[in-house]
Amino acid sequence: MASFNEILGQVKQTIREVSVDETRARAKGEGGAAPVLIDVRERDEYEQGFIPQAQWVPRGFLELKIEDLVPEREREVILYCAGGTRSALAARSLRELGYTNVASLAGGFRAWKNAGLAFDRPRTLSPEQVKRYSRHIMLPEVGEAGQGKLLDAKVLCLGAGGLGSPSALYLAAAGVGTIGIVDDDVVDESNLQRQVLHNLERLGMPKVESARKTLQLLNPDVKVVGHQTRLTSENILEILAGYDLVVDGADNFPTRYLLNDAALKLGKPVVHASIFRFEGQLTTFLPDQGPCYRCLYPDPPPPGMAPSCQEAGVLGVLPGIVGCLQANEAIKLILGAGQSLSGRLLVFDALGTKFRTLKLRKDPECRVCSKSPAEIELIDYEAFCAIGS
Amino acid sequence: MPTVRIPTPLRKYTQGQEELQVEGATVSAILGALEAAHPGIRERIFDDKGNVRRFVNIFVGDEDIRFLQNLDTPVGERDEISIVPAIAGG
Repeated sequence: MASFNEILGQVKQTIREVSVDETRARAKGEGGAAPVLIDVRERDEYEQGFIPQAQWVPRGFLELKIEDLVPEREREVILYCAGGTRSALAARSLRELGYTNVASLAGGFRAWKNAGLAFDRPRTLSPEQVKRYSRHIMLPEVGEAGQGKLLDAKVLCLGAGGLGSPSALYLAAAGVGTIGIVDDDVVDESNLQRQVLHNLERLGMPKVESARKTLQLLNPDVKVVGHQTRLTSENILEILAGYDLVVDGADNFPTRYLLNDAALKLGKPVVHASIFRFEGQLTTFLPDQGPCYRCLYPDPPPPGMAPSCQEAGVLGVLPGIVGCLQANEAIKLILGAGQSLSGRLLVFDALGTKFRTLKLRKDPECRVCSKSPAEIELIDYEAFCAIGS
Repeated sequence: MPTVRIPTPLRKYTQGQEELQVEGATVSAILGALEAAHPGIRERIFDDKGNVRRFVNIFVGDEDIRFLQNLDTPVGERDEISIVPAIAGG
């Protein structure tokens, strides 16, 4: 009977081994499209450090997960383990699965590290987090790395009302690590028909406080930061600066225009939504590409042309639907997955249960986003556009 | 005949109807016919100078007429025109 070393020797004759230098060059895309680099070690080894850009799939799961990770059998794959043995055996397995361009890093991660090359350390999840977020981690588009991005993300929710309630709940459930909430209102009985963050025991309580209690009960991983104020040109830049992106669920035009201009000034993406009676509008504004809110609607309506929800009413479930879509957009932006709504306006009609998507274009003459960020001046519309909130 | 989609805030002018069939070969002609049938709606879409208000957009199919031929944009028999005003509720 052949010894393990004899078998390993035979395997190494049949697979391709690559050096540290070659792996580094290929990972940078030298000599053709960069390969998929896969770390096949166990969790404790991976947590000590891994080669930048590598995907982590422990050896025991490799055959199960490879088709999701690399659907094209001819795509180049470079596997590595600690010293080059497990990755050699793994390379043989992938070849048996029909992968035609598989290599194993000779000497493994040890050789990489000994060559003095850079490596990353993963954001490690606690055993509780691995359990809590397991349905995310199973998704190749999220994984532990994506969950780490969510936990590191800082999202500002504008308003803890109809739209802010579902979006903040789902962002908290998803493990978005820091959620800021701007709202200067207190909980009123008439809010509870749609604002599911709050409840009867919270009547009279500031909405930011009620939101904090609800979100922290749902997920103690989340740090909730309350901003019990109304955004103005005086405070908006300072508040926005602490966040990666903004979910706009404001209930008035002055705040929406102020937010657009301030977000462009600071280069922050905004997931925009607004609702009226049975109708919702949703889009994403990215600072460096695509249109902004003013490309779509250059100026706010004068008072009287745009009744507020208080006067007009709103179907309670409508912000539930639209706010969830905002959370979906925000989560995709954080993960860098999928296609955002930038350049598309989604219009939802709750009565007809109809979604329509309209094209939005960047206006080259836009008087805000065509300027350089430093030149953008903030406007407080309240002074001459008194629309009740 | 082209279809015009009326947004919720303007349905009080159309007796609650969300979709109307309106005759016309351009956006301008269709919105003129819309005003004739439902007086008052024009003022909500256009300003005093006859320009589309800056918080309202008009789409033919999924394209904004500002990036086509504005009010002169031709409209086919089967086209759908959407009037999309800014709304602010949250």
